Amino acid sequence: MKILVCISHVPDTTSKINFTDGDTKFDTNGVQFVINPNDEFGLTRAMWFKEKQGAHVTVVNVGGAETEPTLRKALAIGADAAIRVNTPASDGFSVAKQIANVAKEGAYDLVIAGRESIDYNGGMVPGMIAGLIQANFVNNCINLDVDGTSVKAIREIDGGKETVSTSLPLVIGGQKGLVEESDLRIPNMRGIMMARQKPLTVLEPIETSTETSSVSFEKPAPKGAIKLVSPDNLDELINLLHNEAKVI
Amino acid sequence: MSVLVYTESEQGKFKKTAFEVASYAKAVATQLGTTVTAVALNVDDTSVLGNYGVDKVLSIKNAALEKFNANGYAEAIKQAAEKEGTKVVVVSSSANSKYLAPLLAVGLNAGYASNVIEAPTSTSPFTVKRPAFTNKAFETLQINTDIKIVGVSNNSFGIVEDTGSASAEDFSPSISNLGVTVESVDKATDKVTIADADIVVSGGRGLKGPENWGMIEELADVLGAATACSKPVSDLGWRPHGEHVGQTGKPVASNLYIAIGISGAIQHLAGINASKVKVVINTDPEAPFFKAADYGVVGDAFEVVPQLIEKLKTFKAQQ
Repeated sequence: MKILVCISHVPDTTSKINFTDGDTKFDTNGVQFVINPNDEFGLTRAMWFKEKQGAHVTVVNVGGAETEPTLRKALAIGADAAIRVNTPASDGFSVAKQIANVAKEGAYDLVIAGRESIDYNGGMVPGMIAGLIQANFVNNCINLDVDGTSVKAIREIDGGKETVSTSLPLVIGGQKGLVEESDLRIPNMRGIMMARQKPLTVLEPIETSTETSSVSFEKPAPKGAIKLVSPDNLDELINLLHNEAKVI
Repeated sequence: MSVLVYTESEQGKFKKTAFEVASYAKAVATQLGTTVTAVALNVDDTSVLGNYGVDKVLSIKNAALEKFNANGYAEAIKQAAEKEGTKVVVVSSSANSKYLAPLLAVGLNAGYASNVIEAPTSTSPFTVKRPAFTNKAFETLQINTDIKIVGVSNNSFGIVEDTGSASAEDFSPSISNLGVTVESVDKATDKVTIADADIVVSGGRGLKGPENWGMIEELADVLGAATACSKPVSDLGWRPHGEHVGQTGKPVASNLYIAIGISGAIQHLAGINASKVKVVINTDPEAPFFKAADYGVVGDAFEVVPQLIEKLKTFKAQQ
């Protein structure tokens, strides 16, 4: 089985978010970039398929050369090869088109992408890849088993979960649950050394249009001070929620 | 070229999100000087949509689409959009709508903006506002394509009542490829879900064990709220993963979020920042949540929550 894992290069959760150029561009100064958390669960599940079922795992990212350390980290975790599509990740649809092109050219059986990235939170790339390559698609996937070309998956739904069956070729939007957080892998020294020898291919992008574009960014207005209520005066809390906040 | 809205339903009845997205579609249609057409799947009586600004309903009755199927639903909405010559499609931000919207975007070659929190700031060019960087910022996004898909964030626009009436028209799209088959569904049907809830009551490690969740559930019952939990609680197996809210869990955009015994790690706050009013109950006055919340009680949850339940019961009885 050939697996393609989409790796989004995102600011670490604790990063301070600032903008430059009149609030039109994300300020990357001093920001630590990591593998998108939802992609990390997918990558670890792909490692499981590699170790148990002999899958071949390629990771892919759409971005400039600055994203290569993130791809190298994925190689150090155990992916066999990496592809970087050499163009800025401008919007979800064009990223999906670039990855769909890679997926089609490489005839991958399974494409694993995180259900959404923690930077732009669009949540559209996995589904768009599936639509573009006309593969089956399971979103919010929290369990995945593949037997030949048959697939059993569990997906989270509002208020519960559902078990589905489908077949390869398949794209999933993965998340926590695909593997436990305690099973996520940290690259060890051997992995880091081996990653240097693994192929990282740079592909030039296909031509796409820009379906959406960021006009500007703004930060939320500063929050007012919290109103503390004494534990002996919970009537006051109810009063505030009813009369001031008007939420009960 | 009316605005098309996909109105979600369950067991033949519209969900609350249907009325919110219909209200949003009406606002967009007013801006564009056009009407609203809704797509309803397997709903018995669609006339209620007239109360929320819908002019016409394309009513689809299809046994193969009894259970949600992203491919099938996206295909049905695509054919409805083509039939109506629609330029703007409005969907919700439920798990199912977020599942089908990217497939629909490919089918219609449409730009898609998810989690939109306001009516468009402009329709030419078409610009909308949405959260980014996990609620640490807002992005103004321009959709450049001829057809646009807007995913409305739950509880962001609100339900706006209208005095119009909705005519119904049977519509039978041709659906061939479902791709994915639902084998079984495991869902507590009598519980309010986090996605639908106006109020969410959430517990953290401060509750010391799963045996103490009774008071969280009781507080949620009194308020008609959904229950949720922090990441350590789901990791410890005290509560199911589906209740975990946060960056890698479920996002919460409720009107009221009550956090009990949750310190407020940055990943947790990232998941709940879209909630309008936050209340924190914690013994530790230094807990980071006190900096993010609107109202707080520094106190022992085991003393505060039972009292709060009793007082709320009295309050509710008086309403």
